[in-house]
Parts: sequence; C-alpha cells; structure tokens
Amino acid sequence: MSLSDATARPAAPSRLAGLPVALAALFCLACLVCVIGADWIAPYGEADLVAMPWQAPDLAHPLGTDQLGRDMLSRIIFGARTSIGLSLAIVTLAFAVGGALGLAAVTLGGWADAVISRIVDLFMALPPLVLALLALSVSGTSLVTLTLTAAFIASLRVFRLTRSLGIDIAARDFVDVARLRRDSTARIMWREILPNAAIPLISEFGLRFVFAFLFVASLSFLGLGVQPPMADWGGMVRENVGALNYGRLTPLVPAGFIALLAISVNLIGDWLVARRGGGR
Amino acid sequence: MLVILAKRLAMGIVLVLMASALLFFAGELLPGDFATKLLGSSATPETVEALRRSRGVDAPALARYLQWLGGLFRGDLGTSLTNGREIAPLIATRLKNTLILAGAAALIAVPLAVGLGTLAAIFRNRLFDRAILVLSMVTVATPEFFFAYMAIAVFAVNLHWVPSISIITAGMSFERMLPLLALPVLTLVITSCAHMIRMTRASIVSVMDSDYVGTALLKGLPEWKVVVRHVLPNVMSPIAAVVVLNLADLVVGLIIVEAIFAYPGMGQLMVDSVSKQDITVVQACGLIFAATYILLNMIADLLAIALNPRLRYAR
Amino acid sequence: MNTMTPLLEIRGLHIDATLPNGSTAHLLQDISLTLARGQVLGLIGESGAGKSTLGLTALGAVRGGAYVRAGEVRLGGIDLLTGGPALLRDIRGRRVAYVAQSAASAFNPAFRLIDQVIETSVQRRLMSKADARRRAIELFAKLELPSPETFGEKFPHQASGGQLQRAMTAMAMCARPDLIVFDEPTTALDVTTQIEVILAMRQAIREEGMAGLYISHDLALVAQMADAIMVLRHGRMVETGSVKQVIEAPATEYTRQLIAARGLRHAVQPERPPLLEMRGVTAGYGNVNIVENLSLVVPEGRTLAVVGESGSGKSTLGKVICGLLPAKAGRLVFAGRPLEPDMHRRPLDDLRDIQIVHQNPDMALNPRQRVREIIGAPLGRFQGLSGAAREAAVAALLEQVELKPELADRRPGALSGGQKQRVCIARALAARPRLIVCDEVTSALDPLVADGVLKLLARLQAEEGVSYFFITHDFGAVEALADHVAVMRNGAIVATGPTAQVLQPPYHPYTEALIRAVPELRLGWLDAVIAARKTRSQDAFPDRRPS
Repeated sequence: MSLSDATARPAAPSRLAGLPVALAALFCLACLVCVIGADWIAPYGEADLVAMPWQAPDLAHPLGTDQLGRDMLSRIIFGARTSIGLSLAIVTLAFAVGGALGLAAVTLGGWADAVISRIVDLFMALPPLVLALLALSVSGTSLVTLTLTAAFIASLRVFRLTRSLGIDIAARDFVDVARLRRDSTARIMWREILPNAAIPLISEFGLRFVFAFLFVASLSFLGLGVQPPMADWGGMVRENVGALNYGRLTPLVPAGFIALLAISVNLIGDWLVARRGGGR
Repeated sequence: MLVILAKRLAMGIVLVLMASALLFFAGELLPGDFATKLLGSSATPETVEALRRSRGVDAPALARYLQWLGGLFRGDLGTSLTNGREIAPLIATRLKNTLILAGAAALIAVPLAVGLGTLAAIFRNRLFDRAILVLSMVTVATPEFFFAYMAIAVFAVNLHWVPSISIITAGMSFERMLPLLALPVLTLVITSCAHMIRMTRASIVSVMDSDYVGTALLKGLPEWKVVVRHVLPNVMSPIAAVVVLNLADLVVGLIIVEAIFAYPGMGQLMVDSVSKQDITVVQACGLIFAATYILLNMIADLLAIALNPRLRYAR
Repeated sequence: MNTMTPLLEIRGLHIDATLPNGSTAHLLQDISLTLARGQVLGLIGESGAGKSTLGLTALGAVRGGAYVRAGEVRLGGIDLLTGGPALLRDIRGRRVAYVAQSAASAFNPAFRLIDQVIETSVQRRLMSKADARRRAIELFAKLELPSPETFGEKFPHQASGGQLQRAMTAMAMCARPDLIVFDEPTTALDVTTQIEVILAMRQAIREEGMAGLYISHDLALVAQMADAIMVLRHGRMVETGSVKQVIEAPATEYTRQLIAARGLRHAVQPERPPLLEMRGVTAGYGNVNIVENLSLVVPEGRTLAVVGESGSGKSTLGKVICGLLPAKAGRLVFAGRPLEPDMHRRPLDDLRDIQIVHQNPDMALNPRQRVREIIGAPLGRFQGLSGAAREAAVAALLEQVELKPELADRRPGALSGGQKQRVCIARALAARPRLIVCDEVTSALDPLVADGVLKLLARLQAEEGVSYFFITHDFGAVEALADHVAVMRNGAIVATGPTAQVLQPPYHPYTEALIRAVPELRLGWLDAVIAARKTRSQDAFPDRRPS
C-alpha cells in the first residue's frame, strides 16, 4: 500500500518518456542489419589494410583506423556480426537446453526434478567466469568451447526460470481443467502453459542476451574468446589498447558500442515489462 | 533455528567439496599434451613420459584427487605444470594483492552504494532518484574495460595523475601503492556500485510499500521516524544479502580489472594460466575464487536467517 | 471547541486517479457526509464503489496515483486537504486512527505487538510509556484477548488472524482518538472468528465512546455496527440515512436489491435416487489425512451442499470426486458403477460426466485464450464438435448462461467477475455432465452478482437435470440451492440431511454456532447476541473471560 497525503497532485508524465526506447530500438535494428548484411554494408573488408594505423577519423574512415590500419567502421560492422551473432547463438542454445530441461523437470517431477535441480544448484553456486575459464583452460580457446560454455552458464538460469514458471502455472485451475478433459501433456504445455510464460521468457531472453554478450566481450577482451583476425567488439578493445598511449580513443569506440547495445536491450526489456505490468 | 543454520553451513561445505571435485576432474579431461607443448615438437616420447611421471600424472585419478585434497588442507597446492614451481607461495603474494584491491574497492563501494540506494528510495520518483536509476542502468550494462580505459585515457594519459598500469611489488610502501591502486579501485567501485544501488533501492521500496509502513504513516509519525523505526529494521537483512552477494560478484569482476591494469593478483594469474593451459594453477585459483564465492553466498543466507524474527521466535 | 461542529464533515469530494496507461479514473464523485461525535457511519458498496478511498480521506490520505480534484474534508472544523503535512501528522493517530483489512500485514513483523500498539501514544508524547502500556493491557482485556497482561509480548506471527484484528483495534484506540476508520476489518476471517471480533469491537467502541467509519461489503454486518449507513456505487453516493431508515424503507432500487440479496430460497423437491456415493473416503497429502472415513450421497438432479470453515477439508472432497486427488481409502460409486479414484484411470465418459467450477475464475480461465477456445475445447473433446457446429454450440452455451454471443471473441481479462464465472459454468456445461462440483463458486463475487450466479445454477439444474456437489461457507447460498446439506469440521461430517432439517432446530451444536455467527439483516441482532451471551452463565466461555 503506497499512501500519500490527500493534497498532492501527481506530475504529468513527460511526453519524451518514449524517446529513449525508440532510439534503443533503432540502434538494435541497425545492429541486426549489420549482423545479416555485414558483407554488403561494410565499406572495406574485415582484414583489409587500408591506411596508416590509428589514423584519426575522416570522411573515408568515419571511425578512424585500428592498430594495423584497418577501417574501424568496417571492423565494427563485421564485429557486430561476430559478437551479436555469437550471443544470439548462445542464448538460443541456452533456451533450447535450459527450457527443455525446465519443462522436463516440471512434467516428470519426483526424483528427475530433484536430480536436475541439485546439479543446477551446484553449478549456480560457482562463479560463472571461473567456470568459463576452467572450460577454456581444459579445451583451449575455441569458438565452439566459448559458445558451449556461455550457453551452459546461461541455461542454468533459464532452467530455473522455466521450472518455477512451469510449476506456478501448472498449479492454476485451468490446467487441472485441461487434464480433466484428458488433453495430452504436449497440448497442455503448448496451449495452457507456454502462452502464459511467454512474456517473462521473452524478457529473460533479453536479459540473458545482454549477459552472454558482455560475457563474450569480456572473454574476448581477455584474449580467451574470439581470436584475431576475426573482428569482435571485445577483442577490438584489446587490440587497440595501445592507442590510448598516443592520445587516441580508438579502443573506446568498440567499448562504447558494447555498452550502447547492452543498454538498448535492457531499455527495451524494461519497457516491455513495464507496459505489461501497467496496461489493463 | 540452529538446525537451519547448521544445515546451511553443511551445505556450504558440501558445495566447496563438490566444486573442488569438479575443478580436479575437469583437469583430467585435458588431453595430455602439456608435456608435448612444453618440450616442443622435437621431444621424444621418452622425455615426454619422464616429464609426466616427474609431475605425478600417472597415478589413478581418484587417488590423486584425494592426495590433492589432502594437500589443500596442509596448504600445499601442488606445482605448476608449466614451470614446476610450487603454487602455494606464488599464490600467497598474489592473494594478498588481490585482497588489498578487493578490500579497498569494497570499503568504498559498499557504504557509497547503500547510501545512494537509500537516498534514491527516500526521494523516490524525484529527480535525484531518476538520475541515479539512469546512471546505474548505464553502468550495469557497460563492461568493466570501458570504464577502465576511460579512466586511463583521462587520468593517466591526459592528466598524468596516475600510471596506466599498476604493477605493485613486494615490500612496496602504502604511499607508493596508493596511486597505483587508484584506477583499478575506481573501476571496480563504479561497476560494483550500480547493481548494489539498484538492489538496495528495490529492497527499501518494497518495505516502504508494505502495509505496516502505511500503518505507521497513518499513526502520524514523521517520515524520517517511519524510516528509522519501521523501514530500517526490516531492510537490514535484504540489504546485508545484497551487499554480500555483490562482494561475491566483485571477487569475480577482479579477474578482468587485474588483467586490464596488469595488476599482479590472483585474477591475472588465473587468466595467464588459462592461456598457457596450466591446469594445476587454474585449479588452485579457481578453487580459491569458488570457495570465496560460496562462502559469501552462504554468509548472505545465514544473515537472512539470523535476522528473520519468524525464525528467531517460534510460534 | 464548539460542540455544535460535526466531528467529520466532507463536502463535494471528488477524487481522481491517474492510471498507469495515462487515463483518469473517477474514484469518488461529489461525496458529502457529516458524522457527529460518538456516531458510527457504515459505508457499504460493491468492490470498486470507492468506500476504502473515502475512508482514507478521513485521515487525509489517498493511495498512490490518486488525488483530490475538488471538495473539502473537515475534522472538528479543520480542513485536512489544505492544512499541509504537519497538520496531517498531528491529527493522524491522535484524533483519527485506522484499522486495516489485513492486520497480519499491517503489523511490522520485527516488533512485539505491545510496542506497536503504544507507538502512537509514546512517540507522539501523548502518554508516558507506563501509562500507555497500562492502557493497552486494559484494551486487550476489553477486546477479550487471551491473557491481556502478556498478550502484547507476542510477535505478529505468533498471534491468530482474529487476535491480530483485535490487537489492531486496540492499537487504533490506544491514543483515544475521536474517530476510527474500520476498513473491512473482518472480511478475511471465518464467521465464527468474525462474530467474536465484531462483538469485542462493538463493545469497545461503545465503552470508549468513539466515532467510527465502518467500511464493509456486508450490509447485515454494517447494520449491526453502525448508527447510520451510506450506500456507495461506482464512486457515487446512492443513498444515506439511519440504519432503520435504510434497511426498512430504502429509497432506491439499488439498495432494495442489496437488501433482497441473499434472500433466495430453494423449494423442497421430491427425493431422487443417488448419483454419486462416497463410502468411507480417506484422502490427504503425504502422511496427513485431510478427510477421514467420510461417506456422502449426491442424489440425481439435486444439490448436496457441503458447508464448513476454512481448513475443514471441503475443497479436498471436491478434488477427490474429480479424481485430481485420488482417495487413499474408501469407494466412490457413480450411477451405480464403481468410479476409479485416479482421474488418469477413469474412462473418458466418467471424465465427461463429472465437471468442476472453481472459486476463482481468474485462476480457472487461461488468460491467453479467448472465450471461444475456452468453451470450445470440451465441445471438441467430449462432443466431437468442430468448425461451424462447434461455433454454434459455443453461442448456444453463452446464451444458456445469459451472456451475449459476442463475448466469444473476448479474453477473460476483458470480462467482469460475474461474466468470468458464467464462462466457467458454460465450459462445464459444454461436456453435458451429470454432476458439477462447484467449489465456492460465489465467494469471490459481490452479493448481487453472486445471486445472479445462484439463480443461473438453479435454472440450469431444472433444465438439464444436472446434480451439484456444492462446496461453500455461505449459508445463504446453501438455502438458495441445496436439497441436502453436510456440515464439515476438521475433515469429518458433523451433521447431514435434507436442508430444511439440518438448518432448523434442533441443531447440531456446531451447526448452530455457525448459523448464529452469520450476521442477520435485522435491527438489534448483535445486541440480542450480546444479551443472550450475558444471560448464559459466564462459565459457558471460561477461556474468553480471563481474570
């Protein structure tokens, strides 16, 4: 119960309230276009040496050049494909595995649920970065290990969410009604449970995407993720660190893009949840 | 209540043991190529075999796990696979450096974050609160290295106030360490504060929206008195949990910050060892990180149990 | 202060709220009232009538998002709406206090009850701590709380719901305010608990001579607690007057309907052979048995009502009949054949024959499906209908439950509470069942809406010959619908038989306690109860009168 004095009049909501979300959506859209059409959009190739290293921005190279003299804008566009594509793959995989296990735990119940849940608890009790570093040190740095590890870590949380949503919704009376008319388990999942879990799952997808994206960026930055000459935003920060000593802000360009995308996705996620909670 | 506490404590110990097993047996999956790698492609199978035996890689896995575990209790962390040196002394100095860095960051970040979160909750929906929310949202979504390099660009490169890398050495005096610590600590504070502020604010707001705070307001108590008498006692436990959980994340955030500033701590050691595939060092560092993380999470749970009046006074 | 000034005077009050989607809702429109010292005014209305909003304005407060558009609220001649925060702090607790619906969440879980009860008096420096404690203990005794000297040492989670509600009344009274706002103070309680709480509150209000605003949706209850009544609907005043005036000569059609509500009576029907028999049924979860060795009969085309308080096990019986919770022991016989205890092992025909309607339609209807799909699913499964035939059947069913066929396109979120419950009934009917388990189907509904649903159920039974296993805690609903009744307590049946027989003297003692606890819409009913209790020797309730 939130109370206020019966004299206060609430402030009118700002007309500009929707602007940040609109900008965020625009930025995400632009990034997606880069993911799909990097080869057509990028003015130069991913590894083309086109000018002097760390050249200041000009008309030919709007974001300047990197430590080898490659066009930063093109690298950012290709980097978007790697970083975002990789994160999307990770989250999709995590939802497939975590979601399936979560639903299995709900439907099977009993000891199957107990065993899966305990294992997930164990892995959730460990710091994710340490898990990832362990996996990478065992198998060496490769994109496959990176994707699998990050997907595994994300799937833990997806499992927990799916399981708790499933248990919550399965306890509602309309699911009993469906069981009482002998609807199949698959039909109950598909028609009764999933539609009611959709919104929280979508917002979790956004959240997991941001985590996976920052996680990959961090590992690439540490030199343990995407390997050169492939462009990716985290790795580009690392490659261009030296520029700082020459007074150039080159590494801040990819770092800024990382921050911008993460903020944008969070903004859209918050907006979705708020609209859902506030509406009707 | 003692039963609950004891159960949680036992669970913590079991988790650390399972983490150690996980770390150890993950190392077993490593293809035995470290010796080949170490000796180069010219090595004969015999020399490779000799090196392996000298490092005790030949005994059965379970026996070596128990041996390793026993060693841990005596403070023996084994030897590095790549250079054959004892891990324990190597880690000891690194651990000290890491603790200095983490401690300094926590000492600044915790009061700052809890203070800002509380203020934001009190001035809910006013300008201050909105500004704090926007700032914290931006910082939560921004990787550590962005702030680190911003800080380097401004304070090290442009202003020359502090060096851009922070190599501290044994026996360095506190005054000489201070400028070296400034940027890593700043980075850690910025990144760990954001989440703590948001969670602190959320805990306080949820208590402030509770019926019993409404009751207190309708008793005619001034707002500050309501906060002191009714809100604070009930937010202690969630805020304590928030703080401890974020300390756990801070420990992990260290890994990246140390790498950026070439700070000679546990994190950098672990990252280096991962790229060298020096599994014994990774195991030792990983276990220390994991144990700290588990311990802090356990403390958060224990605090929540200890501060809950329902558990303190049975029906 | 001038004794001629009314204690509370509200004039032309309009309260609006900004909804999250930006639109404006009118919570209260043009409300005026006056309340003299020592007088109790009952505010009555359905959910959404604005009665709680009005109650809070007496403390100069509104809920989040609401604000005063126009009007004034004067307490003892002082306008609360223009007085500023300092004035509001001064009057709250000291001159006007508040008793909330859910005492369990209105007490701070971290403090002992006594410290919260005396908080206003001590923190506002109205009394010394010792005086305040003495006063609190005196109030605990007056409100008939067990061992008043030590009761206050409990933490909120250590006291029962009825005790907390009385403790909250003590908390409001402790600083001797002129006015107390009671906001549905007994709605969450069982009837036998409720009667104890209202008896204690009523006596305490009398003895303390305080004025009150008593908010409730229960007209009979308000009639016992108040001197005057104001009827609200959709944020507007419908009528106001003395209790006698309002219930004996209501001026508006709406009030007449409210008074007539719960007055449905079921005509006695000829006996029919049994449709469902439960013989020695035991059921529960894990090692805990909720019902034990219980036998009941539901006749064909008739209604068996199962009455009891929360925790009596009546809803468990409903689950046993549907097979959702298989009985551990005992037999179920349906239409002369044994019925599998577990729904998974029942033939589809048995699943079709037994349908269920739940208490809370919000949980019973999938919010993501349209009414067409909700009602269409059993038509497809049990009648094999599809396409245009199913569409026509949905429309026919909607018509049968008195809903417009256009509603088929809506989702549950766009329906009212009564409409949702009718959709649930239509879904059950779609299977053409022989028995419908009705689990508290009217208890989430406002009285007039509940009456509509009861009438519908009676008509459907006459038309379709369906039997009802009718679970309820409401004797009004029993009398409206039931041919037979079983009274349950702690998982066992204490009385059973034809309705006319069980609900007439000679009663079983527990049945009598339940019936006597239900407030009656008759002047002086509560006074009669108090008088009856006093004439009976005090040792009839030794535990309630310590020292």
